[in-house]
Amino acid sequence: MLAYVVRRTLYAVPILVGINLVTFALFFFVNTPDDMARMQLGVKRVTPEAIAKWKADRGYHKPLAWNAAAAGAGRLTDTIFFEKSVRLFALDFGRAEDNRDIAREIGTRMWPSLALALPVFLVGIAVNVTIALGMAFFRATYLDLWGVVLCVAMMSVSSLFYIIGGQYLVSKLWHLVPISGYEGGVDALKFLVLPVLIGVVSGVGAGGRWYRTLFLEEMGKDYVRTARAKGLAESVVMFRHVLRNALIPILTGVVVVIPLLFMGSLIAESFFGIPGLGSYTIDAIQAQDFAVVRAMVFIGSVLYILGLLLTDISYTLVDPRVRLS
Amino acid sequence: MPFLPVALWTDRLIWLLVVAVALFAWYCSRRPHLAAPWARVLRSRAAAASAVFLAAYLLVGLLDSFHYRPRLPVRAADAPQAYSVEVRSVLDLALAPLRNRVEKTYSAPLATRLYQKEQVELPGGGSAREYPRLRHGGAHLRDEGEWAADVARRALLGLGFGAAVLLAAAIGARPLRRRYPGVPWGAALCALGALLALAGPLAALAAGYHVLGTDRVGTDVLYQALKSIRTSLVIGTLTTLILLPVGIGAGIAAGYFKGRVDDAIQYVYTTLNSIPGVLLIAASVLMVQVYVDTHPALFPTAAERADFRLLALCAILGAIGWTGLARLLRGETLKLSELEYIQAAHAFGVSHARILGRHILPNVAHIVIISLVLDFSGLVLAEAVLSYIGVGVDPSTTSFGTMINAARLEMAREPMVWWSLAAAFAFMFVLVLAANLFADAVRDGFDPRVRVGGAPAAPAGAA
Repeated sequence: MLAYVVRRTLYAVPILVGINLVTFALFFFVNTPDDMARMQLGVKRVTPEAIAKWKADRGYHKPLAWNAAAAGAGRLTDTIFFEKSVRLFALDFGRAEDNRDIAREIGTRMWPSLALALPVFLVGIAVNVTIALGMAFFRATYLDLWGVVLCVAMMSVSSLFYIIGGQYLVSKLWHLVPISGYEGGVDALKFLVLPVLIGVVSGVGAGGRWYRTLFLEEMGKDYVRTARAKGLAESVVMFRHVLRNALIPILTGVVVVIPLLFMGSLIAESFFGIPGLGSYTIDAIQAQDFAVVRAMVFIGSVLYILGLLLTDISYTLVDPRVRLS
Repeated sequence: MPFLPVALWTDRLIWLLVVAVALFAWYCSRRPHLAAPWARVLRSRAAAASAVFLAAYLLVGLLDSFHYRPRLPVRAADAPQAYSVEVRSVLDLALAPLRNRVEKTYSAPLATRLYQKEQVELPGGGSAREYPRLRHGGAHLRDEGEWAADVARRALLGLGFGAAVLLAAAIGARPLRRRYPGVPWGAALCALGALLALAGPLAALAAGYHVLGTDRVGTDVLYQALKSIRTSLVIGTLTTLILLPVGIGAGIAAGYFKGRVDDAIQYVYTTLNSIPGVLLIAASVLMVQVYVDTHPALFPTAAERADFRLLALCAILGAIGWTGLARLLRGETLKLSELEYIQAAHAFGVSHARILGRHILPNVAHIVIISLVLDFSGLVLAEAVLSYIGVGVDPSTTSFGTMINAARLEMAREPMVWWSLAAAFAFMFVLVLAANLFADAVRDGFDPRVRVGGAPAAPAGAA
């Protein structure tokens, strides 16, 4: 087991290097730092001196990948690639445009993100699985048919509509919770109820339908027929056999996103004014703060790879047939 | 010439796609084994009904893809012909009344007065603050008391017209009905009826009012919604131009050649998959934005700039989205390449290219079609979200995303300006729902597991 984890972690290294190269190419090759400087300072009426100063302030004045002027190891290390991309591996993200330390910002903004994303994730799974089990239990009846129709209709609605509609109905019309904002501690609860509710509701359509397919597939298998032939009640078949076996495909889709919960949700956070990583990213995109976007791309990728690893490990926990070697 | 035709890049690609689809349809129709799954798709009632709605959207989108620049009025007799820098489409021409009837600012759906109080001169001298009459919406009413009667009359007229069109369509479809008895014509006509019941009154009312209101600068919201359709369709379809070749090539090569090739391709798509999608799109779009802003000489008109950004967005979505298709195709090709007929082909000394083209590609085609159709609705929804974040289409391009984005700023207003949002969401919902239902039918029709027994493997799955 440990050997497997170590091997998988080593396997992740080339992927991380690849991600690093992709982001580096995107941010520094496709457009040079000069282009970025002109963008930030305003395209017209910008002096070469201003550009040079902008670049020097941020360390973008060095050569891209090979510093011929430096001596020894400095040829490789005294470059943009080393300073900006390789340093990411050491979790050194540099500074944002407003001169704040990105790593610290991430450290404080992670928790509001998690406070929103974790309940959405857990409640969402519980609700989706319950609904899907219900539809599978009443399969080939009108209840199931209309359940599926409702699911398809719900997944055809834009996620923005759920947020805007929910805010309008719950906060503006009924005045139950504040429209947006955030506070630490227990007060956070009243700000989080609505986003969590909306997050769960907007996921029901796609999630419920997907899990229903998984359950139906599982119900067509031989062991289910055997269980029924034994004379087991349908509810026992559903909960004892089908649900537990369907956990395996459910895990594939679910475990991989757990680490990504730290990243928060881009849209919901910005609509509800929650100071998490999602709204941080959106602000950075809108302010064209390349350092922050770069850092978030890197963190997101690392978390995704971590999720893949966790998925594999979770297989061994739920399915004794799977052995990692 | 009274106009100068303009072919934007997205226009050309759209028409290329239309020709390609037409050729593919013709090719399929002459081969029974290729036509059979499509016949199965069209036998589904949901598919027939949603196809009607999709066709209506497609018609609007295609009309919006013929662009031209109108000629400016000649000042002097010997002056050279000059054309407006503004690029218009055939749809604009058809909707000219809607396009030109611009109000000052917000007005509610079917309103006769502005949504904001203004200082107005009273006829007897002096002035007062009140809601002024609209310049165009309901301007034909001398007395506002006639409003309800006028609206009802127009709506009924529209319904009547819709009923007449429906009747004509039902009669026109009779020979087709006899020829293709398997197709659920009843469902299709019902859908057409629903469509006409909406479109008829909408069109009749639009002649005299702003049916869906006006936005902040007084543009008709119905006009904006109709213009947004093309953007959605472009993003949903042109993305496939990048996605298809890369996805098919990489997937089949990985599954067929195995070994090093497989490792390399798997590495590339794992890497691409690892980067959070929205962030990768955002980063790429930011780069395109910088490129456009620093190279103004390449894009002489605003329409060309917006068009380039739309195309770039499609390319980015395609370049990121091919991984899913490639993974599916790799798995299927791995399975296929172990089968006897492929090994027999190897034994006969058939070249790799021929095996891939003749034996593997046709046998994975159903996966390609299913995943293309399934992707469409996701792309339409993604456009709205991306435009909201600010990394979608150019702000000057009308799209559902930009409509929502503009309306969002007015949410805090009391009373709320809801019609822009409602129109964007409603138009998008119908499009995505129709696409989803159609995609389900395509999946059921092409699923090889269904083909064997004639009946679906999971009876309830047909819904």
